[in-house]
Amino acid sequence: MSKVETNCYYTKTHEWIRLNGDTVEMGITDHAQDLLGDIVYLELPAEGDSVTKGKPLGVVESVKTLSDLYSPISGEVLETNDAVAGAPEMVNADAFGDGWLVRIKPSSLDADLKSLLSASDYQAHCDSEEH
Amino acid sequence: MSESTPRLEPTTHVTASFVHEERLLFEQSKPGCRGIEFPPLGVPAVDARSLLGKMFRAQLAELPEVSEPQVVRHFVRLSQWNYSIEIGPYPLGSCTMKYNPKVNEVLANLPGFARQHPFMPEQWTQGSLKLMKELEKQLCAISGLAACTLQPAAGAHGEFTGLMVMRKWQESRGQGHRNKVLVPDSAHGTNPASAALAGCESIELKSNAQGLLDADEVRRAMGGDCVGLMVTNPNTLGLFEAQIAEVCAIVHERGGLVYMDGANMNAIQGKVLPGAMGIDAMHFNLHKTYSTPHGGGGPGAGPICVRADLAPFLPVPHIVEHDDGTYSLDYDQPQSVGKMKGFFGNFLILVRAYAYLRAIGAEGIARNAELAVLNANYIMAKLRGVYSPVHDVPCMHEAVFCDKSFKDNVKTLDVCKRLMDYGYHPPTMYFPLNVSGSIMIEPTENEPKEALDEFIEAMLAIHAEAKSEPKTLTSSPHRTFRKRVDETTANRKPVLRWRREVL
Repeated sequence: MSKVETNCYYTKTHEWIRLNGDTVEMGITDHAQDLLGDIVYLELPAEGDSVTKGKPLGVVESVKTLSDLYSPISGEVLETNDAVAGAPEMVNADAFGDGWLVRIKPSSLDADLKSLLSASDYQAHCDSEEH
Repeated sequence: MSESTPRLEPTTHVTASFVHEERLLFEQSKPGCRGIEFPPLGVPAVDARSLLGKMFRAQLAELPEVSEPQVVRHFVRLSQWNYSIEIGPYPLGSCTMKYNPKVNEVLANLPGFARQHPFMPEQWTQGSLKLMKELEKQLCAISGLAACTLQPAAGAHGEFTGLMVMRKWQESRGQGHRNKVLVPDSAHGTNPASAALAGCESIELKSNAQGLLDADEVRRAMGGDCVGLMVTNPNTLGLFEAQIAEVCAIVHERGGLVYMDGANMNAIQGKVLPGAMGIDAMHFNLHKTYSTPHGGGGPGAGPICVRADLAPFLPVPHIVEHDDGTYSLDYDQPQSVGKMKGFFGNFLILVRAYAYLRAIGAEGIARNAELAVLNANYIMAKLRGVYSPVHDVPCMHEAVFCDKSFKDNVKTLDVCKRLMDYGYHPPTMYFPLNVSGSIMIEPTENEPKEALDEFIEAMLAIHAEAKSEPKTLTSSPHRTFRKRVDETTANRKPVLRWRREVL
């Protein structure tokens, strides 16, 4: 059973965000890394790039497939996790911790949060997607 | 099948080849070793250095120095590690791996075809032009569309050509701003990539609960900024898009066009006219449906057919048939998208496809579709009690299963790896993406019932093993020359070229 963190907000496309002061950390969920299998490559945005809620901000490649990463919120990229770019297995090992991907300065956080899922809603979403 | 069923001994029906470990030719190189002895020079020597001046290379190329038998053994040994349709069944879903009749090779090697140069004048190449025109007509008849180009070198190249043609057509009607393409999640993976290459953004449409494209979803998404829809029919779940006529009507009503990925034509050729469903442009994969060589990295051929008013936009040259029975090449097509491939496409591949189509005829085309669908349904019917079908309904050319019935013990990857021990090329796996642990099995019309029964037996035995001895699967394959490879490290730290060790 994949892990779900209660202090995060989620998208249906399996990204998470965690509020940290006035910035937001973003990554992919434990469920997502489990579905993807061993992650071999991450294409992340550059510092200073602007990102738009619901639009692709990067790509994650695993031994099975290539998937777009969708930004859960709009804002500006403050920092990407360089350690993870060099060692993508960190996402498999700790998707909610060391495997975080991008730190974003949100531009419309309150509005964006309204359409994100809580931990329990996300869990229900994952269960309903199971074939 | 119960777990007490005796285990099928792997590869009882496939001979294992005599295989050797093999070093790279570079590693076998010995200074001064050579394959050919040249006779003494019989003409005055020239000084290459002064003739070539700056172009004279400063250092010799480091080519391997080996003998002729070493080279021959090298490649024959490597070929023994390989698997092909000529060794056994190759049920790679969505790829239509069918046998390539040898007579096609004989015909493609006729000197009149094989020794031609593309710069030969038209009056010397009338036979080749006629063959291409006849193949165009055959594909138009099968597609129910008006015009054809044979230029694209592969299916995805056909998709790109088709989208360019569609965009040019819209541009000619003042609709050049359209730059979005609707792509169902059950379409082929190349479709969104082709849309991107043609300068468009692709918008994914979700399949409905039956795994089909929904007219309401198309109605919701099809806007005035959309070029149109790319649809794969039958789709990658092996299902026929039942609402296709309604879907095409919606797209047309809103000024769009419908492109069909014809990769799965093997299921419907001779039975369904894509043009009559409302398709405006489509490609054929000659290397899938019409038995030209496939899977070795090419060359392939992905001709496209289009409806009449899209014809002026097809690539140049158009092949013109004159009333007196002669043929010529017409480059004067001002609305054309231009050239999509050097010369006229992969000509000798076109010869093979033409030979195949002439050999099987219209009846054979329809019979192939019937047998391909029958074979896939036979597999579906025999496996559905054990493996979990994604949609438990009759399928078209491929049977698609998810990992529900075995995922507590092993992964899809393990089932597919284990199939190699039983002498099969594994099916396509983990695609389509909207299926958990997907396995796509496409037997094609080639396999007789006995071969299907053996394959089914292997699949059932593996399912039983998944429960009784999962480790056998997770460590498989055991009988191949290379065992389980570390795909993760291969992807994370790929070694893509050989480098000489510096002493």
